[in-house]
Amino acid sequence: MSARRLVVVGASLAGLRAVEAARKDGFDGRITLVGAEPHLPYDRPPLSKQFLEEIGADGTPPTFRTEEVLRTDLGVELLLGTPATFLDTRNRAVGVGERTIGYDALVIATGATARQLPGMQGLDGVHTLRTLDDAVAIRRALDKGARTVVVGAGFIGAETAAAARKRGLDVVVVEAQPTPLVRAVGETMGGALASLHLRHGTDLRCGVSVIALEGEGRVERVRLSDGTALDADLVVVGAGAVPATDWLAGSGLTLDNGVVCDETLFTGAEDVYAAGDVARWHNPLFDRPMRLEHWTSAAEQGDLAARNALNPAAARGYSTVPYFWSDQYDTRIQFVGIPDADEIAVVDGDIERDHQCVALYRADNRLVGALAVNRPTEIMKYRGLITRGASWADGLTFAQTRRKARDTADA
Amino acid sequence: MKIIVDRAKCTGLGICESLAPDAFEVNDDGELVLKTETVPPGTLSDVEEAIAGCPTEALRLEP
Repeated sequence: MSARRLVVVGASLAGLRAVEAARKDGFDGRITLVGAEPHLPYDRPPLSKQFLEEIGADGTPPTFRTEEVLRTDLGVELLLGTPATFLDTRNRAVGVGERTIGYDALVIATGATARQLPGMQGLDGVHTLRTLDDAVAIRRALDKGARTVVVGAGFIGAETAAAARKRGLDVVVVEAQPTPLVRAVGETMGGALASLHLRHGTDLRCGVSVIALEGEGRVERVRLSDGTALDADLVVVGAGAVPATDWLAGSGLTLDNGVVCDETLFTGAEDVYAAGDVARWHNPLFDRPMRLEHWTSAAEQGDLAARNALNPAAARGYSTVPYFWSDQYDTRIQFVGIPDADEIAVVDGDIERDHQCVALYRADNRLVGALAVNRPTEIMKYRGLITRGASWADGLTFAQTRRKARDTADA
Repeated sequence: MKIIVDRAKCTGLGICESLAPDAFEVNDDGELVLKTETVPPGTLSDVEEAIAGCPTEALRLEP
């Protein structure tokens, strides 16, 4: 291990795991962690869940490590509150504010940025939900009993709506597509999941888009394409995220919906690796490039990217069955694998009837995905099957065995 | 080595089960069940991965 200075750009989960892995691996050189936000690394999933639900709670941020642990125990130099501005691979340097810092090994973990709606800048009461500051602002508005409009019925939008309902607030969710969550879980199951909103009193309007956000300095109304105007004190925009690669323009790295990497997370520039939401790497398990915005892969890639960057000769590949979860209205939704399927079969339960189900996803003859709604004991067994390359027939047989076992136990 | 679960932190996300199925299983109520109190022979690295992979940092090993 010859590198003397590891620089990690991006101080969220992947960046944190990168610096921790470097130390675990025995690296005793200098480590610098660069973060655009002023906060210590914190956990994002709770921001759209528990963090929004508790009325008037003190709002302790879900910080991963104290400053003392990072600086003293891990010996990490923290450069927080200033985004990186450029990467110069020839001179092995990163620009951070006015400074230029050199690296021997570099991990890019700048994540993704929430997509904005046109016309939302400069209007108070309109927020995306990606950062701690976003979540604090949204929670304050909910504390005041805001009439809430959520734009986008994806997971962030759905979780935000669920939090507002839990507080007893009225909430309208506006979704431009005819069915929510199509990209995440496919059309059939997206439609079934939409029933959760209706059951919990959320006013979901699909196939309608936002024409304008209106108000004097502060949002007052949301005007929709069907001519409706919704009164609103708070608008939360959940319109997805884009990889944070602007600062890499001109760096020579290949940027195409993220930083393009090989299966070892190597970017093609010497000693530069990428991890987390910003990385689009080749996943050998599905033999295709993927960019995931999931907790699990961000953590695992951060860890591996640092180890590979510090020891490129022994670089290992990263292969995974993607996993994400969402908590909405006391319902846990879990998905493993990929949703682009030739066929989706509900093998157990029914969301609308039983408030729970298991669905399997087939591509060619292979089991490629599984969705579990309120069936936490099932999901990881399918992750195991997909990891082992199970056929569709294997998946169906396994599902049948599970059903039978449960019926016997219930009888 | 003994496996310890912090029940206050665990939310049953199941990543541990997918990494070390001989040691962990989430039940139908979403609670984590330890299939064994100690690390099953030959699975220490899987269990260590499961501990590192826990999003709520609810798992640890004790000698």
